[in-house]
Amino acid sequence: MTVREQLPTGQRSSGPRSTTEGGVPTPPSAARRRRTTGSWRSRLEIAVLTGPALAVFLLFVIFPVVAAAYYGFFRWAGYGVPTQFVGLQNYVTILQDPTFLAALGHNGVIVVLSLVLQGPIAILLALLLNRKMRGQTLIRVLIFIPYVISEVVVGTGWSLILQTTGALNSALQAVGLGALKVDWLANPDVAIWTLMGIITWKYVGFAVILFLAGLQGIPEELTEAASIDGASFWQIQRRITLPLLGPTIRIWAFLSVIGALQLFDLVYIIWGQYVASTAGTSTMATYMVVNGRNAGSYGYGNAVAVVLFLVSLIVALLYQRVVLRRDTEGALTGKGR
Amino acid sequence: MAVEALPSSALRRPRRSRSTRHGAGSTAVVYVVAAVVIVLMLAPVAYIVIGGFRTNAQITESPAGFPAPWVARNYVDVLTGGLFWRLVGNSLIVGLLTTLGVVALGLMASFAIARYEYRLRGAMYALFAAGLMFPVTVAITPLYIVVKNLGLTNTLAGVILPQIAFGLPTTIIILVPFLRAIPVEIQEAAEIDGASRLGFFWRMVIPLSLPGVITVGILAFIGSWNGYLLPLFILNNPATFTLPLGVQQFSSQYSVDTARVLAFTSLSMLPALIFFSIFQRRIVGGLTGAVKG
Repeated sequence: MTVREQLPTGQRSSGPRSTTEGGVPTPPSAARRRRTTGSWRSRLEIAVLTGPALAVFLLFVIFPVVAAAYYGFFRWAGYGVPTQFVGLQNYVTILQDPTFLAALGHNGVIVVLSLVLQGPIAILLALLLNRKMRGQTLIRVLIFIPYVISEVVVGTGWSLILQTTGALNSALQAVGLGALKVDWLANPDVAIWTLMGIITWKYVGFAVILFLAGLQGIPEELTEAASIDGASFWQIQRRITLPLLGPTIRIWAFLSVIGALQLFDLVYIIWGQYVASTAGTSTMATYMVVNGRNAGSYGYGNAVAVVLFLVSLIVALLYQRVVLRRDTEGALTGKGR
Repeated sequence: MAVEALPSSALRRPRRSRSTRHGAGSTAVVYVVAAVVIVLMLAPVAYIVIGGFRTNAQITESPAGFPAPWVARNYVDVLTGGLFWRLVGNSLIVGLLTTLGVVALGLMASFAIARYEYRLRGAMYALFAAGLMFPVTVAITPLYIVVKNLGLTNTLAGVILPQIAFGLPTTIIILVPFLRAIPVEIQEAAEIDGASRLGFFWRMVIPLSLPGVITVGILAFIGSWNGYLLPLFILNNPATFTLPLGVQQFSSQYSVDTARVLAFTSLSMLPALIFFSIFQRRIVGGLTGAVKG
């Protein structure tokens, strides 16, 4: 029951098509019933209800995105009307700039490592914590804390801890592991792993909470039936819980990938605008800010924004097509059952 | 998370008996694992908080040590200086107005999308949902230009309005299923009692969707409170700085005074932690019994 109910949600978010076809049990009938009342009054109500949201959204989200595509064709310092049309020159420069390609590569590494590191840890923790136990709420809250603290605060704290003369190296020395001391932030062989450590630390709690919420939706009857049939705890997790948690995991992975592609705050705070590229942690977003706004080249910055958007869009579409499609199909076939 | 959690818990009575059939041994393992994880999660936070109670001499001598003796001066200095409170004030104004705007506009639009049948409904939902593809990071450069042309740079409104706009997609995606899940019977009953659809919205929908609204509000507030990139672009005048900008400025300005930076940093995570501990029940476990009939 629960599974079937949560599917239409995922299905609907996958596109406008499904709202009309939708396998949603009650709402369509609710909507159909009052299609006849589509009078001017109803239209006025719709306008009043959606007008403000649409206005703000179009002005501050859609318009800037469209404008970015336009400005990206100009060399422009951000004052007055852009006049120096350069065609695709900005894009050529971006795609030939080794600094940008390096940043793109770092984004790729961060995407993959985020999934590989956080996914298993979070699933394991969620499976372990999904039980009635003393201090349950407290444990969940404490795991979630790094996620709640702002990137800036976290970044400031970590950069102090990770300095060559900082707390981590000093602690390693104190416990006799002085050989492990490295320059965590500036050494290009290490820095990306340092970043991954911080990212995992900061965001794994979010994944755990998400998975726990997903686990709550799995009917207890299934696991009870399995354990009556003599299945062990881990057998139950592997055969029943994990497959049913699939949709939640895939949605988390999607959020994680998009977040990793657009990573900015942590890198910019910890590595600043100059060190990030030499330390091997720069991202497309830090490249955009450094070479766009900070350099006063708004046309170029907008072109980078367009590239960043296109990369995210392609990844998102591929993901929807390849991975999330399964959830939609499951919803359609599952409906008949 | 709310999207997933809602329908199941809303339509089912809350159960108290979740799987209790694990042996004592496995529970002990869970506690050990949980303890290790929690120590790892909290150690950096603890370092920042405790480090604020040391002097720079202590930190230089032994970066990972404990305060000996404990010194409160760093914290006192930060708390008695005006800077910290001004930053908190700015962040509060921005956070509260953003939350209010996101909730009000988001709820109205979601209600129209969820409960009215009109031709552009699907397109409108798709438009807002597409907003998820344009996080602030992607749009920031042109967004800065829009805000500048509106004359809103160095004003808090220049941060609030875009934050409301960028908060709408998540809000609408969470609230639309929520509003759909409200049974038709309730709406019919209200209609029989003579309520218009807007009357239904005021009297029934807002109270019934409160759990969803609170979730959305919390997400908006935390997002705003922690926001960095947008204020970084829009606010250049230190008088308008929000907390994250202030922390960054403080830490570069007093980079030699590590102890004071630690104190300042730990105080600035305090409001978020307090806010979270008040609402954690809503965030982590909430959303039960939205519609009990």
